[in-house]
Amino acid sequence: MERRGAPVQAFVRFSDSKIRLRSQVYEPDYIIVQDSSLIKDVDVFAGLTEGSVAIINTEKGADAFDVPAGVRVITLDATRIALEVLGLPITNTSLMGAFAAATGEIQFPALAEALGERFTGALAEKNIEAARRAFAAVGGET
Amino acid sequence: MMEIMEGSHAVAEAVKRCRPEVVSAYPITPQTHIVERLAEFVADGEMESDYLTVDSEFSALSACVGASAAGSRVYSSTSSQGLILMAEVCFNASGMRLPIVMSIANRALGAPLSIWNDQQDSIALRDSGWFQLYAEDVQELVDYHFLSFRVAEDHNILLPAFVCFDGFILSHTYEPVDIPDQEEVDAYLPPFNPYQKLDATDPISMGMYATPDYYMEFRYELDRAMERASRAIKDAGQAFGEQFGRSYGSLVEEYRMDDADTALVALGSICGTVKDAVDEMRDAGRKVGLLKLRSFRPFPKEEVAKALDGVSQVAVLEKNISPGSAMKGAVGLEVKDALWKTGIDVYSYVIGLGGRDVRKKDIAAVVDLAERGRGDMFYGLREELI
Repeated sequence: MERRGAPVQAFVRFSDSKIRLRSQVYEPDYIIVQDSSLIKDVDVFAGLTEGSVAIINTEKGADAFDVPAGVRVITLDATRIALEVLGLPITNTSLMGAFAAATGEIQFPALAEALGERFTGALAEKNIEAARRAFAAVGGET
Repeated sequence: MMEIMEGSHAVAEAVKRCRPEVVSAYPITPQTHIVERLAEFVADGEMESDYLTVDSEFSALSACVGASAAGSRVYSSTSSQGLILMAEVCFNASGMRLPIVMSIANRALGAPLSIWNDQQDSIALRDSGWFQLYAEDVQELVDYHFLSFRVAEDHNILLPAFVCFDGFILSHTYEPVDIPDQEEVDAYLPPFNPYQKLDATDPISMGMYATPDYYMEFRYELDRAMERASRAIKDAGQAFGEQFGRSYGSLVEEYRMDDADTALVALGSICGTVKDAVDEMRDAGRKVGLLKLRSFRPFPKEEVAKALDGVSQVAVLEKNISPGSAMKGAVGLEVKDALWKTGIDVYSYVIGLGGRDVRKKDIAAVVDLAERGRGDMFYGLREELI
């Protein structure tokens, strides 16, 4: 949000009831690591517990990451997907596809619809395609 | 219709529906997305405003002063250093009784440089003669813009307004919000009808020199207008509720204050976290409540005194620091004044400066401190750095 390339942490809560809490998330159910090179600088796995899911953009396999017991690690090369589909190493939409597949918290058609609202024309199609490829890479069926 | 929207974009949608004739602002984090979006609206022909690009915040508000004096509805927005650079113009705008509305994405002041949230910027402009509303969530933030223009332009008030909201915490958060239709806003907020304006065919001078024989009465009238603003904000909030179903008929909001022994007092988005913390403490059998202040100027002294009547101690959460003040925070002093001679203990806690996160457990810890009679202090310092 501040300048591209700077390390950024962002937090999401979703609920069917009104969310009033404004603090950061300390015990996440899910984390998405957009750049695995930051893992050595930030303790991204802090607060994860049994049943949590870590989705990591990396060329490596899940075994390469030392996570708390019971945490499910999902890895994918979202940068490669983004480069192939978008032509840029911007991995947000790919990782949203991976999140949808890994967690089942959002359905792919809803994600595609949201991306269609966020982007227009060819850019919308490309981002939906990037999300679709990542969704499939993590085992989701569209 | 409810939709999920970034706070800054929701502000831009609200401002568009207020139909300002002139917008002048200078981008600064975390306010930037508001003015970017407004510039897009103007460029795309969605908004019939003159969007003035300027070289600084000082110029931005100076342009607003001129445009408002010429009889236009005027909007601006800023943060932090930008607001402080505007300070000289802020006093002129209120002194000239120009009903400019400005959104303040609250951010810490340097040095050291911080882009993150606290409320030092708008609190520092406490005495500038602008009324100051503080939003808890994006919905209040949107609604306060309609309300503020209506109150500011009231011929019985004629004061400029800050609509304050916590930078990043509200400005960059996506959450569900209802943006009223244009026709509904038009019904609530009629076109600007200036009390007086610059007109070449009927010339007047505004903001002129006042000798010692005249100056004090101008300041007296400014203060009287601020006193009247209390009633006007409540009336406009009541009318808003009747039309839109979300009522702001009081300058304060009480949350679980019935039979409360310890009351927290706060401004802005931290109130949401406090409400969740209060629920947890109530579940644990502790008699704790929240008094949320919607307005810091005018300060709702009577409402505060009434709401806090019967509590034993009050913990005021301060996202500001007044160095050298015995209470540390600027809000606590006002609360203490409202409770003078009641015997209720009032303590300030400077918390969350420069974006330091505030959690439910921090709120509970502050309640513990207040109940042990400890306060007027910083909370959450890293002892190893001191």
